[in-house]
Amino acid sequence: MAVKRGRGVAAVNYPTGMNLGGDPTQALVHSTPTGSFMVTLSSVDLGQGLKQIMAQICAETIGVPTESVTVDTADTDTGPHCMGTFASRGTHRAGNAVIQAAREARQVMLEVAAEELEVNASDLDTDGSGNIHVKGAPSRSISIFDTALAAHFKHGRSISGRGMFLVPRSYPETETGAMKPSTCYAHACTVAEVEVDEETGEVVVLSVKNVFEIGRALNPKMVEQQLIGGSWMGISHALYETTEPYYPDREHGARDYNEYLMPGPGDLAETEIAVLERPSGDGPFGAKGPGEMCANPQIPAVANAIFDAVGVRVDTLPITPERVLRALRQRDAGATA
Amino acid sequence: MAKISVQFTLNGSERAEFVESGTTLLAALRDKMDDTSPKGGCHQGACGACTVMIDGELRLSCLTLAETCNGAQIRTTAGLANGEVLHPLQRAFEDAFAAQCGFCTPGMIMAAAALLERNPNPDRADVVEAISGNVCRCTGYEPIIQAVLLAARANSTSAA
Ligand code: FES
Ligand code: FES
Repeated sequence: MAVKRGRGVAAVNYPTGMNLGGDPTQALVHSTPTGSFMVTLSSVDLGQGLKQIMAQICAETIGVPTESVTVDTADTDTGPHCMGTFASRGTHRAGNAVIQAAREARQVMLEVAAEELEVNASDLDTDGSGNIHVKGAPSRSISIFDTALAAHFKHGRSISGRGMFLVPRSYPETETGAMKPSTCYAHACTVAEVEVDEETGEVVVLSVKNVFEIGRALNPKMVEQQLIGGSWMGISHALYETTEPYYPDREHGARDYNEYLMPGPGDLAETEIAVLERPSGDGPFGAKGPGEMCANPQIPAVANAIFDAVGVRVDTLPITPERVLRALRQRDAGATA
Repeated sequence: MAKISVQFTLNGSERAEFVESGTTLLAALRDKMDDTSPKGGCHQGACGACTVMIDGELRLSCLTLAETCNGAQIRTTAGLANGEVLHPLQRAFEDAFAAQCGFCTPGMIMAAAALLERNPNPDRADVVEAISGNVCRCTGYEPIIQAVLLAARANSTSAA
């Protein structure tokens, strides 16, 4: 019985969002009478942390604490339009829309405060903790609470804004087919180390070392969390997850968690994560979409590591013991032929 | 079908309900008793999201009939916090960023609570074994393992 070791590397260049039909997302922002802010979206938080990030983006743009922003993603029937939460697009698309809406709301807020303080709106600034003051004269100030009350009950104004993100649509050139599928790319590189058992075809991932270039990390702990989970998921795609076998017929495929395999807590590879921040030109505060990208490079890295270990190229996923054994048999038949 | 009565202690309070015979404890808790902390991930005993403690033992509430729980002491994640004060495991899950969608979290926390009650100083392998019946789609498990170890350390320093 021979257990062979191998090491493989792979890198990915991953688009944020897509460019079909402009990939739009819209956002609405408004203040309550007491100066908290509401972001209304149809983009959905399915655990990736969209609500937290949108609250941060809105708060940073208006100049209020994150706690005073509530994000409502309740209803795609009644909310502003969003293409959806997929293609790693949430932070980038919805974030840009939220910035635009929040800027408009901030402008109205400053105009109301300017009337109350009898100054020019352009002379005003926020302190980030709930107050608006005259630039250079922090004592001439009004709270956002009082500003919102004045807007609602005295000036008859709505402190609100509309936001929209639309990628200029790119059509393929007829001659070459060249087009611009995306405006923003995240990157990753993984080195995987594996052990392949030539007798059983079993592959064990010993370690994965990942580096992710994700634009600016708007919430570094949440980014790290997603990258660790994504790295695990990449290994899961590479070696485990499938609804096969389809023989003798489909009925024999995986139907539940006992048969649809994923690496469990006892099967974890030693995992390292490094984050490179190179702010993107058109992302909200420089962010890109790390979501899907982070589960990709592990797959070719593992396949390359298997090739390094035993000299076979398995090009169908997942790389099950059966596929490895078949490839090894072919390799050996070729050697003796 | 005639309903039957079930009566047990849920997180310290006496509860009684009429359910149809054959109702799972998971359905009784979620639909009748307003405790939605146990989740239904698979309804067939394979994911651990529905894990609760019955008389101090870990049980899958999707595979337990409510009518077999008469007189039992049942604990769920909803009963772990002491008012506003989170249980050390809940705090550790928060501090270690051990939840993303959170669907597995209540089951993970019950499994971890059972571990810490019988072994206050677990090592990594103990934690791995304790949560090996619980499926997580999001975290890659490592943050969960670290959270449980963190809670164990927090417990032992506060006890010292
Ligand atoms: S719902 Fe009970 S184990 Fe999955
Ligand atoms: S956090 Fe989503 S399943 Fe565990």
